Amino acid sequence: MSLWEYANPVKFLRLSERVMPWLWGLAVLCLSLGLVWGFFGTPDDFRQGSTVKIIYIHVPAALMAINGWFMMLIASLIWLIRRHHVSALAAKAAAPVGVTMTLIALITGAVWGQPMWGTWWAWDPRLTSFLILFLFYLGYMALWSAIEDPDTAADLTSVLCLVGSVFAVLSRYAVNFWNQGLHQGASLSLDKEKNVADVFYHPLLLSIAGFVLLFFALVLYRTGTEIRVRRTRALRARQGARQGSLQEGSA
Amino acid sequence: MRALLVRDLRLALRAGGGFGLGLAFFLIVVVLVPFSVGPQPELLGRIAAGVLWLAALLACLLSLDRILALDFEDGTLDVLATAPLPLEAVLSVKALAHWLTTGVPLVVAAPVLAVLLNLPAAGYAGLVLSLALGTPALSVIGTFGAALTVGIKRGGLLLSLLVLPLYVPTLIFGAEAARRSAQGLDATTPMLMLAGISAGVLALMPFASAAVLRVNLR
Repeated sequence: MSLWEYANPVKFLRLSERVMPWLWGLAVLCLSLGLVWGFFGTPDDFRQGSTVKIIYIHVPAALMAINGWFMMLIASLIWLIRRHHVSALAAKAAAPVGVTMTLIALITGAVWGQPMWGTWWAWDPRLTSFLILFLFYLGYMALWSAIEDPDTAADLTSVLCLVGSVFAVLSRYAVNFWNQGLHQGASLSLDKEKNVADVFYHPLLLSIAGFVLLFFALVLYRTGTEIRVRRTRALRARQGARQGSLQEGSA
Repeated sequence: MRALLVRDLRLALRAGGGFGLGLAFFLIVVVLVPFSVGPQPELLGRIAAGVLWLAALLACLLSLDRILALDFEDGTLDVLATAPLPLEAVLSVKALAHWLTTGVPLVVAAPVLAVLLNLPAAGYAGLVLSLALGTPALSVIGTFGAALTVGIKRGGLLLSLLVLPLYVPTLIFGAEAARRSAQGLDATTPMLMLAGISAGVLALMPFASAAVLRVNLR
């Protein structure tokens, strides 16, 4: 039994239907716990006041915005190499979720930046590269919707995703070179002993877990929808063909 | 390869090829800038390098769908795809032809238009050099976009949406190099980065372009 067994749409659907209630439940649990704990159970920051609490949405959303693209990249590679349709559909399904996460990160950042930096927007490298990521998501989705034939669309968007990833990384370094930053360094990184003060750290981890689970639940759900749409279309086409041949026979 | 290059150049230069259009567009954008931001010479001088880069980029973008669209419609691309010449080479030649007919005229015209925008005297060499180094990247990346959207009806707008984000690094380093040299600063680093981007996309992009074109010709 290998992982690739779930490249079969039927098996994939069966598995995702079994997993999805758990994902949804855990996502709701983590999010509600993390956010309620974060919003009401942690003290106001010494200097930032209560605005610090936007971290519980901003950081997880930003994390999932980048990792969503990364997931699309992996799914595209799987499609290009092994031609599993589920993989291409998962990449297609992840794009709108990822773009929403990007938008959430940008908007919560602006809401936080207004009282703290005194501006809604600054041409800071991090902010700018997120905006560029947003544009990449838009282009990717536009290309999907512009092409009729699903296999052609999957091929083209996969290559675009690969090329876009290279250019997104390149843009990240380019904007770093182009302007000095206003945004603080990474709030969380694996190689640091202590990242954020403990009171903020634990609810933040919970809400990150909630966002990750929510992301996967949404992607699985949307992939299932895409598979069913594809199946319905195939059935319709078959029915149409049969009716066409019947009419020819009677005439 | 040479025959293909000569053919593409001849098609672009003859009537209906739209050779002068990019250049005219470049001129018009530059002329419109003082109308929109005001005619103060010191303001124009400060933004001249960036405006010229942006206008050159847009002029380049305008002519991208011509690289492949006509050949796709009349079936020439199918013939080229089955020819002994690999598709990667065909697309490199097409990018080269696009650069010769769009990029080079832009590089030549830029210093003339820089006079209109009151670019500081120190900036001319940097502007020309940065455009000469950067426009090949624009043509090669644009060929990828053209190959991606060649099968789509009315793909022009989509082409811009796809290609413009890919142009970001080139624009940043190119405009930065031109701006630094206009201000009399050292522009070596952005110039080298720009040359690096051009060399990198020249080497790698044709493979991606050929891959998507094969899908579109399937």
